[in-house]
Amino acid sequence: GIKKPFTEVIKANIGDAHAMGQRPITFLRQVVALCTYPNLLDSPSFPEDAKKRARRILQGCGGNSLGSYSASQGINCIREDVASYIERRDGGVSADPDNIYLTTGASDGIATILKILVSGGGKSRTGVMIPIPQYPLYSAAISELDAIQVNYYLDEENCWALNVNELRRSLNEAKAYCNPKVLCIINPGNPTGQVQNRKCIEDVIHFAWEEKLFLLADEVYQDNVYSEGCQFHSFKKILYEMGPEYYNNVELASFHSTSKGYMGECGYRGGYMEVINLHPEIKGQLVKLLSVRLCPPVSGQAAMDIVVNPPIPGEESYSQFIKEKESVLNNLAKKAKLTEDMFNKVPGIHCNPLQGAMYAFPRIFIPSKAIEEAKAHKMAPDMFYCMKLLEETGICVVPGSGFGQREGSYHFRMTILPPVEKLKILLEKVKDFHIKFLEKYA
Amino acid sequence: QGVPKPFTEVIKANIGDAHAMGQKPITFLRQVTALCLCPELLTQPSIPEDAKDRARRLLAACGGQSAGSYSASPGIELVRRDVARFLQRRDGVPAEPQDIFLATGASDAIVSILKLLVSGEGPSRTGVLVPVPQYPLYSAALAELSAVQLDYYLDEERCWALDLAELRRALAEGRRHCCPRVLCIINPGNPTGQVQSRQCIEDVIKFAFEEKLFLMADEVYQDNIYAEGLAFHSFKKVLFEMGPPYSEEVELASFHSVSKGFMGECGFRSGFVEVVNMDPEVQQELTKLVSVRLCPPVPGQILLDAVVDPPQPGDPSYELFM
Repeated sequence: GIKKPFTEVIKANIGDAHAMGQRPITFLRQVVALCTYPNLLDSPSFPEDAKKRARRILQGCGGNSLGSYSASQGINCIREDVASYIERRDGGVSADPDNIYLTTGASDGIATILKILVSGGGKSRTGVMIPIPQYPLYSAAISELDAIQVNYYLDEENCWALNVNELRRSLNEAKAYCNPKVLCIINPGNPTGQVQNRKCIEDVIHFAWEEKLFLLADEVYQDNVYSEGCQFHSFKKILYEMGPEYYNNVELASFHSTSKGYMGECGYRGGYMEVINLHPEIKGQLVKLLSVRLCPPVSGQAAMDIVVNPPIPGEESYSQFIKEKESVLNNLAKKAKLTEDMFNKVPGIHCNPLQGAMYAFPRIFIPSKAIEEAKAHKMAPDMFYCMKLLEETGICVVPGSGFGQREGSYHFRMTILPPVEKLKILLEKVKDFHIKFLEKYA
Repeated sequence: QGVPKPFTEVIKANIGDAHAMGQKPITFLRQVTALCLCPELLTQPSIPEDAKDRARRLLAACGGQSAGSYSASPGIELVRRDVARFLQRRDGVPAEPQDIFLATGASDAIVSILKLLVSGEGPSRTGVLVPVPQYPLYSAALAELSAVQLDYYLDEERCWALDLAELRRALAEGRRHCCPRVLCIINPGNPTGQVQSRQCIEDVIKFAFEEKLFLMADEVYQDNIYAEGLAFHSFKKVLFEMGPPYSEEVELASFHSVSKGFMGECGFRSGFVEVVNMDPEVQQELTKLVSVRLCPPVPGQILLDAVVDPPQPGDPSYELFM
């Protein structure tokens, strides 16, 4: 019952769209509900195209029930649908369903791939290169597996671009104390929101090829691209376009999920990975490893199917579907621009262009007096800042130290998910807080 | 390849998947889940009111009232409370929601607990006692974690009973090359199908107490008891009825799932673990560990809630459910 100078906590800390009021895509929920309770297939309130998809999924299930275990790699027809989606997305570059693995969210796929890649001891222990700032699933998984975390810095001055010189520096330094074998890329980026350009991706692929690194491409935000002049290019597509020497040799695992995009279905724990050029014996081990958890949740597999196999023009549900999808994405794009612009008007805050994903990761100037007080409280300066922000405004964001940042720089990650009107209020409050903060610790 | 066989179809009697072999789902469970996934159905007249009440209550407990939101990593608070109530009704022993962790199937929870327990190197590497015959999740998980598997044989001559002398033998032998810390029991048993007697369970608990072993009780078949004269006794209940010092000191993790029983909902990947007498700091680490995978699938959590909070006499769905 302590009085606070605000009436509600605004949670701008987690990439969970529905929790912030975004509505689910009707068609997706209809299909999964039909699969869950097939009596509804007789109900006139569900469109025929949803029923058709549900019947197809159920036919792929043991006993036509969502309650049966699926094959550990996932339901066959869904993997085929994923492969078709990838082909359409990548302009015809073929995808083999056999290289597709459905997973319990992308996190599950990422942790599983890391498990098979981590080995050795002492100086030969596997090193995993990750971007700084990163999504801390990577540092957590690396820690759990006792692998070696190898940091490479994204270039803040250059819209958080990947820089091959920095990759090379990081790799060469790491060789002294571990065996760097894996390179993780998050594109579009979390928390940084950059969308890498084609040239950049080519350079990274070439680097991975030269140094024989296994590439992990976390592409869960592939539907979240906002800036004009930015486009999502999958690592798979670019790899193919670079020709057979690369395409037949570079080992690549690409990840997608039902949690982000326009769907926001985090709670379903749906995802897939496409893994190419994996040695057949390793693939055998991968399938064995996946089989320990039996199979991914079948309702999540069904949700993933709708993501890759949505209504098409001519189908009954198409117009509502496309309206809902575009509404979500346009709304996010609008909020991205609004957020970037607002932050850049605040003295002592600089926000790189919010090209994609769902987050702003502005750089904040923290005066030395505040840094000292933070130290006295045994807190990282940006954690101290964020706690003060929470206490004084009710706004909950995540300090940059949770994601990693260059020494001496401070950031916080804020989502752009609250509804527009709330977001505007939020941004005003952050502005007011920051100005007061600068004055207090001048 | 077209080679003639003396049969017309392969009969799959290999996997514990009831629906795949034609068992029908429980209507109520599917109704509640479908309502949560597609709340438009709350206006559908053909769905009974008690299912709708459950769904409304569950949706109110989800972020943005959507099953698409992440839940807290140990699971939706409301569901954990309902599981605690279920356990209290089942055992007559108090259960706390904060000791209950929802999981992506019992397998997920079992692996998480094992992760916490496995440590050391060489002669101090954790040894885990597992029954032979066992459900090979255990051997697989132990291999993955590089723990030491210590086999103890169930007594085939005596209906696959747990035999204290055999446990003692396995433990003593294990101590020669590793540090045995964990004792896994599967009751009712897989693949053996035995239901352990109350006396047997007490003996095992005393053994675990004496030898300071962490007990893992895999009880996913607790609803599948067929033989006359047999009853399911949860390790938790027996532990508490034995009173101190056992009830205050023996560390226990008990596992349940929606995959077996009368539900057969394997594909939903939903289960839970109840931890008893776990060191609070270790329990904190468990919370951190499960947060790496964010949360268990929410449709599965919803279904689990309907399992532990089923229709009651007088409810519209009661007869059909029973």
